[in-house]
Amino acid sequence: MTGNGFTATGGVNRAESMPGTIDTSSDARHQAAFLSLHDVRKTYPGVVALDGFSIEIRPGEVIGLVGENGAGKSTLMKILGGVAAPDSGTIRIDGVDHERLTVEHSLEAGIAFVHQELNLFENLDVAANIFLGREPLRGGPLKLVDRAKLREMVLPLLKRVGANFTADTPVSELSLAQQQMVEIAKALSIKARLVILDEPTSSLPLAETEKLLGVIKGLKAEGISVIFISHRLHEVESVADRVIVLRDGMLAGTLATDAINHDQMVKLMIGRALKARTNTSEREAGAVALSAKGIRTAAYPHRIVDLDVLHGEILGLAGLVGSGRTEFARVVFGIDRSLGGELYLDGKHVLLSSSADAVANGIFLVPEDRKLAGILLDFAIAQNISLPNLSAHSANLIISAASENATAEAQKSNLGIKAPSVKTRVGTLSGGNQQKVVLAKWLAMKPRIMIFDEPTRGIDIGAKAEIYRLMQALADTGVAVLMISSDMEEVIGVSDRVAVMHEGQISGILAKDQLDQENVLLLAVGKSAR
Amino acid sequence: MNKKDIGLLILIVVVGAVVATINPRFLLPINLANTSNLIGLFGILSIGQAFVIITGGIELSVGSLIALLGVLFIDLIANHGMAWPLAFILILVLGGLVGLAHGWLITRLKLQPFVVTLCGLLIYRGIARFYTADGTAGFAFGQNFPTLEFLTAGRTYGIPNSFIALLIIMGVTWVVLHRSVFGRYLYAIGKNEEAARYSGIRTGRMVMAAYVICGVLTALSAIYFAMYTRSISPASHGNFYELYAIAAAVLGGFSLRGGEGSIVGVILGTILLQELQNLVNLLGIPSSLNFAVMGGVILIGVLVDQQWDVFRAKRRLNKAAHSAPSN
Repeated sequence: MTGNGFTATGGVNRAESMPGTIDTSSDARHQAAFLSLHDVRKTYPGVVALDGFSIEIRPGEVIGLVGENGAGKSTLMKILGGVAAPDSGTIRIDGVDHERLTVEHSLEAGIAFVHQELNLFENLDVAANIFLGREPLRGGPLKLVDRAKLREMVLPLLKRVGANFTADTPVSELSLAQQQMVEIAKALSIKARLVILDEPTSSLPLAETEKLLGVIKGLKAEGISVIFISHRLHEVESVADRVIVLRDGMLAGTLATDAINHDQMVKLMIGRALKARTNTSEREAGAVALSAKGIRTAAYPHRIVDLDVLHGEILGLAGLVGSGRTEFARVVFGIDRSLGGELYLDGKHVLLSSSADAVANGIFLVPEDRKLAGILLDFAIAQNISLPNLSAHSANLIISAASENATAEAQKSNLGIKAPSVKTRVGTLSGGNQQKVVLAKWLAMKPRIMIFDEPTRGIDIGAKAEIYRLMQALADTGVAVLMISSDMEEVIGVSDRVAVMHEGQISGILAKDQLDQENVLLLAVGKSAR
Repeated sequence: MNKKDIGLLILIVVVGAVVATINPRFLLPINLANTSNLIGLFGILSIGQAFVIITGGIELSVGSLIALLGVLFIDLIANHGMAWPLAFILILVLGGLVGLAHGWLITRLKLQPFVVTLCGLLIYRGIARFYTADGTAGFAFGQNFPTLEFLTAGRTYGIPNSFIALLIIMGVTWVVLHRSVFGRYLYAIGKNEEAARYSGIRTGRMVMAAYVICGVLTALSAIYFAMYTRSISPASHGNFYELYAIAAAVLGGFSLRGGEGSIVGVILGTILLQELQNLVNLLGIPSSLNFAVMGGVILIGVLVDQQWDVFRAKRRLNKAAHSAPSN
């Protein structure tokens, strides 16, 4: 619906700007690249984030950068921004080779970022944000800010981005798209030659997206290069001169102007053959354990989620980051109130007004951010495990340390938690072992519905395999498992069925025989499965 | 008792020994009894404060509440002829209700504890002064409440009953904070409220309960203070007492970020503070310097404590660095 309408508008835009586009891009093709990466490699413990990646950026070129979550886009950004140093390879700027960039280098080279999470100070006005830390000063010992001069400097910048607000407008009064314009104006103020936009449209309504794409075209006309990172392929299609597809840290392919289309991009994004499904179980799913009807969350108040999770299945919940999966999980776990809709547990209507209600009903959640919400780093393993179930470890409200330790010992050997003792502080454990403590906390009770939110993020391969084994074992005993994951291999390898979310609603459910990467990806970007 | 508590205890003994050498009157029974009476009074309200600080909150209205509840208590039994046990219970309930209101504003309406209790500080002081028309609340000549006076200001075998009350409260709250489910929840909330919530704890209710406990203990100490001074001028009675309580907790190893501290710690903190007050009197230091001495000692204590942690962290790092190649 929205998708179709938008593709049409995108097409019109493209047609209108076609002559100009062709001219500048052919110009650009003749001009030398001012910035290039050669054979850049970057590894993190256990992961190859970028593997021999090369790219050339010419002036006035709009490059679309696409790839799945974890394809290496953020690592590339970090290297260009001087935040991360590559392990090998060179970065060439204006003919000078560098082994790595520093943040200062990157600024000097004119590389500017507009991050998905905007870095503006809402309590300051537009002008103050653009020249923060570089304000023109009046003479004298007090070093007061020269407001008049500041405004004079800001005005042409705002004009260039086509802003419909003034330099004195407080940022808190601007819409998201306007705030992005401020970010872009800020980039222009440092005489940027390359502006990198990371998912700029992911939370913009249609009209504002149009405006932003217009600004990108304006930058291009001025000879400023743009890297446009987006999951919204139709936008990439409408604005990019060249599309670079990243997959598993490698260049999966480059598409030139004529070859840029949706199907090509999706094909390149998938490319690889997936490892065999790790889920070889033959178990039969049972009755409906959890039924969500018309659930609405604060992230997408106008979209509804209808979803059934069965006993004895692992239901993968796939989708792009920000598609509303975590918000849905928070509602089911009673952390957030639903804006509407009902939850049924084994056919019975339940009202969950807090996480305590969810836990009492046997709905448990392993959260996405372990350190923030999963565990107490300063508590011992045993204290973390007993926390949701202290009533079973106490008599007359007095905690029995012996009973806590016994439970923890049992879970420690059951899950293979590597620690000197159950009295060890969780903060001293590795990520994988910390995650096992979060799991142990719930396994020590009787789960009916287990929700995992990105269960293996930041965990080494060994621990990952064990967590998958545990999830299978849970499903084998009839527990309904809902697994939110952005890791394609995990979604396809572990799930029995996969539901895909797109912009706050379920865009499709894939049964075992339909389960492949292309279908998941198609549904994730709002298309229908084959 | 952990290492910090032992360090604090040693400090108390050393300071005591030095004061006793310079002025032997420090060890006279009358001085010890007076000091332990004050420890009892301040200890009770400091324990209340401790419950709130554990959750990462703060209660600034304690001093004003002591004035208001003290004035009410005296007025009820001296002028309105209410039976003192009834008035006693009424005041405790009132203290609990004030705590409940604070807790409700903080957890349900998401106001900051500092702001809520700062407003309380101003409001209760104002009401107390208005209630007595800025006059002094006290007993008429010859008015006596023997049982009440014995329980609050009396002595058993030379030990002030306020101090004995503190010991009882200490025992009970020690069990509550360090052994009960509720206590564990409070520490969990103080350490990481989000993680506590994700473990199915009703964090709002727990935090509210902490403020209620603080309110009740403050009300109890308000009665003790009222019976100790026997007359209350509401403009000054209880001034800065919240700061004594916070200081005692900080000295006793509490973190104002929450999740850290013990009952033993806050009591040791209270003892040290009262010992310092006593020291100022006994060593002939001008009493106007009273607060300066307290502030100085707390600052030094916190500094030493923090530097000690930095030192230990460094030593751990060095150890790890030396043992790394063998792995």
